[in-house]
Amino acid sequence: MARPALWSVLTDPLVRQNPVTLQILGICSALAVTTSVATALTMSAALTAVVVMGAGLISLIRHHIPSAIRLIIQIVIIASLVIVIDQVLQAFLPEISRKLSVFVSLITTNCLVLGRSESFARLNPPVPAMVDALGNGLGYSLVLIVIGSIRELFGAGSLLGYQILPTVDQGGWFTPLNLMLLAPSAFFLLGGLVWAVRSVLPAQVEAPEHTPPDSAGERT
Amino acid sequence: MSDLATLFLHAAFVENMPLTFFLGLCTFIALSRRPASAVGLGVAMIAVLGVTVPLNHLIYAALLAPGALGWAGMPALDLSYLSLIAFIGVIAAVVQLLEMVLDRFFPAIYTAFGVFLPLLTVQCAILGGSLFMVERRYDLAESAVFGLGAGTGFAVAVIMLGAIRARLAYADLPDGLRGLGITFVIAGMMSLGFSAFAQMVAS
Repeated sequence: MARPALWSVLTDPLVRQNPVTLQILGICSALAVTTSVATALTMSAALTAVVVMGAGLISLIRHHIPSAIRLIIQIVIIASLVIVIDQVLQAFLPEISRKLSVFVSLITTNCLVLGRSESFARLNPPVPAMVDALGNGLGYSLVLIVIGSIRELFGAGSLLGYQILPTVDQGGWFTPLNLMLLAPSAFFLLGGLVWAVRSVLPAQVEAPEHTPPDSAGERT
Repeated sequence: MSDLATLFLHAAFVENMPLTFFLGLCTFIALSRRPASAVGLGVAMIAVLGVTVPLNHLIYAALLAPGALGWAGMPALDLSYLSLIAFIGVIAAVVQLLEMVLDRFFPAIYTAFGVFLPLLTVQCAILGGSLFMVERRYDLAESAVFGLGAGTGFAVAVIMLGAIRARLAYADLPDGLRGLGITFVIAGMMSLGFSAFAQMVAS
């Protein structure tokens, strides 16, 4: 495959085809782990590793998977990779692993991983499949890091644990917004992020639903 | 008895799966466009969570927990790292079984479920229910109640969101906010509302 095609396979998912803001894939974990930048970074690294390795493996054996049981095979491959990542995190980063609790295991059912292997890795040779997975993993990481930075900066006045805005407790002027550390703010921030992206790229705006809801198109 | 009732309310409202733990959001957002599909998804969630969580508890307690294989003469064995694969397998099998039973005996319900049933295999909330069950060391009765409660909470939330989105189809929103954006904002407001339930059950 030519270089420009590979390049666009890598860069398209960053903003233009971002898996989180456009395709509604993998939001589950994207919101839960973004209370601080450190957990968001760990989660992004774990997910990117799983999606790239999973795409490579599935693409290597793509001619040998019977299509009737392909979902089960893909899930078993992904689950094995997730177990490896989980054990590595528990061994080397026990502190962060405890904060992430069940969410590392939940990468197994992350729609992003299965979605990429089902729609791309299953049909393409290993190199483009892994590049596509890397692009999607990075697009996911980008969203996580943006939301994680905003939540940590305004919720605790720090970034990656370093104090940026001196809080009132420490004699500074900044009163932390506790709402930023709670669940609702993640929804609001992601909604705002989607709005911002779509204002810059109007091509992503969804068609208005003027038809009555009974006949509206169904999306799965 | 009252402990179990408390646990049910706790799982359904205080620890609402989609709104406080962000579990199962993919289907929560994607299938809440119409109230009808939201009801189907909600009922399917109650059924699958109510069956898989106690079933996974039995398997975990009998085979996978540290020291569980003592009856087979291997008390030092700890297979808990295999629980992820075992749980996924059980969930896939239960979903498949439920699909075949419904297809055979209740074709009307089967057609109403449509595509949702197979999708539930890769639902974060269902796997999450089993993982929470292990993390919090529920016993069999508690895990059954927890599964049913979590499913009910999911159903309540998704049906409410479906009803609100059906009204929004006629609203005049800013272009960029239409669809996904406004859905997140609404989910955020519902999450804010549900956080009021936190005081309802003393944990």
